Amino acid sequence: MGGFPILSLMLLVPLLGAIACLFVNERAARSIALAATAIDLVLGVILWTSFDIGGAQWQFTERADVFAGFAWALGIDGIALMLIVLSVFLMPICILASQAISKRVPEYMAAFLFMEVLMIGVFSAQDIFLFYIFFEASLIPMYLIIGIWGGDNRIYASYKFFLYTLFGSLLMLIAMLWMVNVAGTSSIPALMVYDFPVDAQFWLFLAFFASFAVKMPMWPVHTWLPDAHVQAPTAGSVILAGVLLKMGGYGFLRFSLPMFPEASAELAWLIWVLSMIAVVVTSLIALVQHDMKKLIAYSSVAHMAIVTIGLFAFNVQGLEGAMMVMLGHGLVSGALFLCVGVIYDRLHTREISRYGGLAINMPRYALFFLLFTMASVGLPGTSNFVGEFLSLAGAYQVNSWVAFVGTTGIILGAAYMLYLYRRVVFGEQKNADAAAMPDLNAREWAMLAPLAAATLWMGIYPESFLAPMRSDIAILDARLARAAPESDARLVMGTVAPAAQGGDEAPAHGTDAHGGAH
Amino acid sequence: MDFSTSLALIAPELVLSLSGLALLLVAAWAGDRAARTISVLACMALGAAFALCLPVVNGGLAGADRIAFDGQFRADAFASLAKLMIYAASLAALVLAPAFLERIRSMRAEYPVLVLFSAVGMSIMVSATDLLTLYIGLEMQSLAAYVLASFVRDDNRSAEAGLKYFVLGSLASGILLFGMSLTYGFSGSTAFDAIGVALGGDLSTGALFGLVFVMAGLAFKISAVPFHMWTPDVYEGAPMPVTAFFASAPKVAAIALLTRVLMEAFGSQVDSWRQIVVFLALASIVVGALGAIGQDNVKRLLAYSSINNVGFILIGLAVASSAGTSAMLVYLSIYVPMTIAGFVAVLMLRNAAGEPIERIADLAGLSRVRPAVAWCLMIVMFSLAGIPPMFGFWGKFVVFQAAVQADMVVLAAVGIAASVIGAFYYLKIVKVMFFDEPSGAVVSGVGERGDRSLGTLLALSTLMISPFGFLATGWLGAVADRAAASLLLLA
Repeated sequence: MGGFPILSLMLLVPLLGAIACLFVNERAARSIALAATAIDLVLGVILWTSFDIGGAQWQFTERADVFAGFAWALGIDGIALMLIVLSVFLMPICILASQAISKRVPEYMAAFLFMEVLMIGVFSAQDIFLFYIFFEASLIPMYLIIGIWGGDNRIYASYKFFLYTLFGSLLMLIAMLWMVNVAGTSSIPALMVYDFPVDAQFWLFLAFFASFAVKMPMWPVHTWLPDAHVQAPTAGSVILAGVLLKMGGYGFLRFSLPMFPEASAELAWLIWVLSMIAVVVTSLIALVQHDMKKLIAYSSVAHMAIVTIGLFAFNVQGLEGAMMVMLGHGLVSGALFLCVGVIYDRLHTREISRYGGLAINMPRYALFFLLFTMASVGLPGTSNFVGEFLSLAGAYQVNSWVAFVGTTGIILGAAYMLYLYRRVVFGEQKNADAAAMPDLNAREWAMLAPLAAATLWMGIYPESFLAPMRSDIAILDARLARAAPESDARLVMGTVAPAAQGGDEAPAHGTDAHGGAH
Repeated sequence: MDFSTSLALIAPELVLSLSGLALLLVAAWAGDRAARTISVLACMALGAAFALCLPVVNGGLAGADRIAFDGQFRADAFASLAKLMIYAASLAALVLAPAFLERIRSMRAEYPVLVLFSAVGMSIMVSATDLLTLYIGLEMQSLAAYVLASFVRDDNRSAEAGLKYFVLGSLASGILLFGMSLTYGFSGSTAFDAIGVALGGDLSTGALFGLVFVMAGLAFKISAVPFHMWTPDVYEGAPMPVTAFFASAPKVAAIALLTRVLMEAFGSQVDSWRQIVVFLALASIVVGALGAIGQDNVKRLLAYSSINNVGFILIGLAVASSAGTSAMLVYLSIYVPMTIAGFVAVLMLRNAAGEPIERIADLAGLSRVRPAVAWCLMIVMFSLAGIPPMFGFWGKFVVFQAAVQADMVVLAAVGIAASVIGAFYYLKIVKVMFFDEPSGAVVSGVGERGDRSLGTLLALSTLMISPFGFLATGWLGAVADRAAASLLLLA
């Protein structure tokens, strides 16, 4: 591709911004951060528009052998492109959302810009060790963001976040060292087509699983997430939910599935069982939360379970659906955290019962909140519907029980989200201070309106987002074809199915597609 | 091999010994007033010795023409690389000292001289290819170190540290001598290569005992678990510049020495000592990490951290290959600036009365009071914990890579899992500095004399372990590979 190192430039801009922020005062830091993220957004749009759909699998590649043992190799395919676009899109919004931060602003902005460098780096690294460095380094800014600017219990949350994810990724490092030793290359594209011995794949898969499952997060290693979210500042939550969680899904997509197809198929049951438990259990937990952020955090775990269900469906629909859920969830959960942040900034509590009847004094806010609530539920016309429908349709082709249980999560999702909305926005105005809150200001408009537009765009015309990924998903699907587990639904055209088996399938079929819609 | 060639080969040691003797005389005549001048001159001597070792390292020199005094001493690339680290660390110890010791009115002229003699001892240790040379070097280093530990004469803790170090060090020397005598008895020689030849084939029980005792004596010197008990006490009691010195230079020397003994003298008996090294490595990692958790004194914490790091380095030794040795050297060359930076950062802090601070609690809110120092210390801590993109990650990376390449995946997995425990207490320091409210213990810098040199040292060593360090990985790897190859090259 073109010789211009646009990816390196996208890494350099926020990095320079981060360093500059450390040496200036509060006002200048805010401007620098906003400018740097805006430049990266522009570069991201350029990246997207100049991405050659249907062209080479890896585009914008750069390579410089400046290190021993690994290389500065960057390059993206459609999957990475979409995640990078998501990251650069969310970053300026996060900076805007940080207006309420008043202590140690320069360091805060530096941490966020550094975070952006690492996120883009993770998605664009083409060397497995470079990927690891970016992946692991994201712990440092996030630790600081939670620990310095978090809520009351921030210390505990920051430790939990750090040590949980560190333990997972260190096992992955050992697996990476082994793989590079065997395959003789640390290039990700080369490793993606390398056939590792089937018995070794089992252990490698588990080592990567330990890392990605924590990052994802999957039940039962999700417990760091609610703590981290509740304690993180609003913008930290947005980045955490919007992009950091995607690193887990991206890892499955980039490493686990193409590098260990046999082991993925062999251990798919494990993922399915954990995802099914996650969907139901965390949805039920979300239903009884008193804290808005915790509720949305648990809903994230449930949505991520839909992603894993889609990923381990081993077919095009499932994989595309998983990607769409990741993108949609990035927008919607980010937006929901922002919505919480808007009223938190006014009343300084996340307690659901302190609010009520906001539709009366904050009608515009109520409208945005409604849109994002509906998107989170998976209403057709919004981003999440596309992804959830595809994921579950894909899963249904492999295992109808997984699809069935996964779909109950959507019903439960509607329950807890609508219940949350009713308690916060509808009903009577219970507290005078909540009733006196002013409606959205211009800055909040600027944050929420682009998110709303993107959510609708993704729901109404998902082709814009699916098109760049299509050929990459097809390559992955072809790679998985040899190992994909057989479908449990042995439907035969034109013959009458035996009663017993038909009885098994019918309810699953009935809830699947339509459940997704409502 | 004539005498003059041998003298040329020990040029760095000669420079250091002669300047040490000359400076001793200066110190005797001029007294403590000349302490600063002597320090500067000692620094120049170390710089000269450093420069003399550079070509050997760059050229990867090895083989028969690097052997001096009929096989007593070898100035190969391996030894010279270790010497570079030792001289650099000694230099740092000299730069650090005045700022600290002058404040407590203990800066005396013999400090730089003792450091020089200790450096000579360490040089001999890493170049020794004979048990006798080994012992002479070790004792020379230790005797200087015992005095340095109790350098602040009117401080009880310093005196206690010196005494403890002396008693336990003598015990270790005794164990080592006993092991050496057994080895000599069963192999008939004190030269490493002759021992290697004599001990080929099955190891007799007596020789095995010799091996175990030699290893026990040396494990004491590198403070590997279970021979680590003296470390926290000595580190805590000794004056801080001396602690920084102990944690860096002698570690390099003793580890290089242990490597040479095991790879050359006992190179044919890898299976006998590998299990011991594996145990030492894992025990050091785990005990070092667990022991550090409850500490409230920075020096004790860094002592446990050094035990923990020795464990990681020993993983490279357990691999017992050229790759493993190279990985150890890379790790050591990252470990030295990391340790120095940690100590310098703490040394730069003082309370309202102008006294140095030692308690971790006193670091509270440091990021507000002394932001530059706090950021440097944060880089050090994340680097020690092995979190990328800090350069400390690279040390762990190469060590574990060597282990995985040698099919020691389980060792690597256990070691790396235990490093999560270690991460906990490094995080604690970051937490105290960045998350807690300032306690008021530390006052912001007032530009004291000596602060500029400390600041430069801190900036330099932090730069080395910052992500920029990765740019040096190619060069570092090549140098370490050549050094490791020179070790295994039988003369």
